[in-house]
Amino acid sequence: MRHLFFGGVEPPHKKDMSLASREMHTITPQQVVIPLLQHIGTPCQALVHVGDDVRAGEKIGDAEGLCVPVHASVSGRVIAIEPRPHTSGREVMAVVIRSSDAASSALQTHPPLEDDADSDEVLGGIREAGVVGMGGAAFPGDAKALSAMGKIDTLIANGCECEPYITADDMLLRTHPEQVLQGLQILQRLLQPQRTVLAIEDNKAAAIERVRSCCTGFPQIELAVLPTRYPQGSEKQLIQALTGREVPAGKLPAAAHCAVFNVSTCAAVFRAVRLGQPLTHRIVTVSGESVSQPQNFWVPIGTTFRDLLHAAGADSSIRRVISGGAMMGRAQSSLDVPVVKATNAVLCLPHDSNCAEEDGTCIRCGKCVGVCPMHLQPLYLYRYEKLRKAEQLQRLNLFDCIECGSCSYICPAKLPLVERFRAGKQMLKERGTS
Amino acid sequence: MRLFTDSSPHIRSTHSTSRIMLDVAVALLPALAVGILILGLRALWVVLLCLGTAVVTEGLCSAVLLRRSSLRDGSAIVTGLLLGMTLPHTVPFWLAAAGSAFAIVISKVLCGGLGQNVFNPALSARALMVLLCPSGMVAYFAPGSDIVTAATPLHHMVRPELPAESLWDLFVGRCSGSIGELSTLALLLGGGYLMWRKVISWRIPTAFLGTVAVLTLLFYKTEDSLLWAACQLCSGGLMLAAFFMATDYASSPVTPKGQLLYGVGCGILTVLLRYHGLFPEGITYAILLMNAAAWWIDRHTAPRRFGDVKEAT
Repeated sequence: MRHLFFGGVEPPHKKDMSLASREMHTITPQQVVIPLLQHIGTPCQALVHVGDDVRAGEKIGDAEGLCVPVHASVSGRVIAIEPRPHTSGREVMAVVIRSSDAASSALQTHPPLEDDADSDEVLGGIREAGVVGMGGAAFPGDAKALSAMGKIDTLIANGCECEPYITADDMLLRTHPEQVLQGLQILQRLLQPQRTVLAIEDNKAAAIERVRSCCTGFPQIELAVLPTRYPQGSEKQLIQALTGREVPAGKLPAAAHCAVFNVSTCAAVFRAVRLGQPLTHRIVTVSGESVSQPQNFWVPIGTTFRDLLHAAGADSSIRRVISGGAMMGRAQSSLDVPVVKATNAVLCLPHDSNCAEEDGTCIRCGKCVGVCPMHLQPLYLYRYEKLRKAEQLQRLNLFDCIECGSCSYICPAKLPLVERFRAGKQMLKERGTS
Repeated sequence: MRLFTDSSPHIRSTHSTSRIMLDVAVALLPALAVGILILGLRALWVVLLCLGTAVVTEGLCSAVLLRRSSLRDGSAIVTGLLLGMTLPHTVPFWLAAAGSAFAIVISKVLCGGLGQNVFNPALSARALMVLLCPSGMVAYFAPGSDIVTAATPLHHMVRPELPAESLWDLFVGRCSGSIGELSTLALLLGGGYLMWRKVISWRIPTAFLGTVAVLTLLFYKTEDSLLWAACQLCSGGLMLAAFFMATDYASSPVTPKGQLLYGVGCGILTVLLRYHGLFPEGITYAILLMNAAAWWIDRHTAPRRFGDVKEAT
């Protein structure tokens, strides 16, 4: 198999599990918990009070600075504004809304924009709809687009979805390829690249076919089918795979004249700009060995994992719940955490799928060096982190680590490599400030 | 209900240290079988003695140091097996057992255990055994005979002349030599298996064998340079060393460039020691010398930093 980027691994795909069900059900929770921080940047201030009645689509939080607003995902009454558990592991101020049965149509953020809208109007539309990067990073969408304007020659829509289990983007491309392509076209008009690419890994045949048949309406968009390999969906690796360019350490993709948007983000941009719809719902894959009916759901933001897992028939034996992917997702200690804009999956994995050995022994097999997409030497980073050698960690470019987990995955000694690298970064940060 | 919160990644591959060691042991079986077939049952007893001693010694070390038993990873089995393969089948039993114990205690455990040893345990033990008891280490016998001390192919080649055996005999292993080094074919099979299983990469063996081939082709000592180089490749411990000794994880570099450099270094030293050394075969010392350089090589062949390229556009 040809590799288009350096390193990487091939974990079992396990995507069929959540694709067995063709239907995509909509979750209708009794109550939603909408965190006021769902992006990288300044937290929103609540714009509503306890006791207020809100309509679906109504803006309930916003702030100045690097910030996008959050909206009510259901109509109902605000019953609390207080810190609640968040998928990040911290408690975050959240607006809790009890859903009312009164069906009311969702509010629009603004009138739909037409083709002739200028870039300020488009950026404003993206911001007001609360669009963030939905692949996991949750960087405000308007700020990302603005920072790329005039600097890029290649615009990339990321439909790789290289993480095992997850099929949310796959499902989106199967069901609404036109939304993705139209959103991408909006971004293309905004950013004026020479090349616009939609990248999909070759294990998504159905999605590729749907996109291909749709693509005829978008002659300026190129479809790139890439050989499946983890972590191709990582921004830097995808840029390398498509253009051969390497984003310099510590720089943004714009330094390599590229901008990358997840396909879900593209669809959200389309709905924001053309339909005036705020980002209040998203597709979430619920899968894993401990779920009896793995599938994709159309989920109001703020739905708790408990409600979501109940809908997917997770049994009471669940011991490990991951927000996000099996390779990079975060294990949750509570089922009260809500789905946020960047939550693409909720996985229930068997408790023995990660057999990390704290006291394992490195045998210097060097497999970690071969799979590290960032050209690092994980075995030496691990060694120096254990010895708390800050200078050596810096010399070996610890901060280049994207925590993709390829090294931990491949390690025959089952060493907790990525875990130690996070600790090492923390140590360097603390020493840097003290 | 308590949820188990682990650190990502939450899934792991099926690779394991013990699986790797098992693969190495399996890969050695064809060569061992040829050794027993050609040299007789004593070859098997020697190898089993080395293996048994290594395992018992490793177990004792764990017990004495009050560590969790390190037997489960299977590395002691591989060390014992490898040492046995490098010995002549005539080696005194006491010497084989002592060497095996040395390999575990001094070369491995005292260096910090699995993965920490600077020198290849089997080869450092072999080097010591040659010092301790040279006569016990060089008594090679002709195939099918227990009486006549025979010159190995390499003994011929230091004269220099072509070995008495045909190249085909050397290739399949119908010659005299140490237990595990006889059959090039069997060792190629084993090496191929290790590469197929991704236990070793192609880099060290290819660089090693390629360097020996090029050097012996350039500096040939008989009329037919091609035959000379081919005989050099198929005789002595070269194949065993290139696939099983030089690729020892702990004592070789991990960077791709470093592995190539290391293989080339092993090749150069091997030819130098064969041509100018005290013994007909010098691979043991070639690899031990390169072992000493492995960490230094790693440090100076670190992969280029990602993104550290001249502006592409």
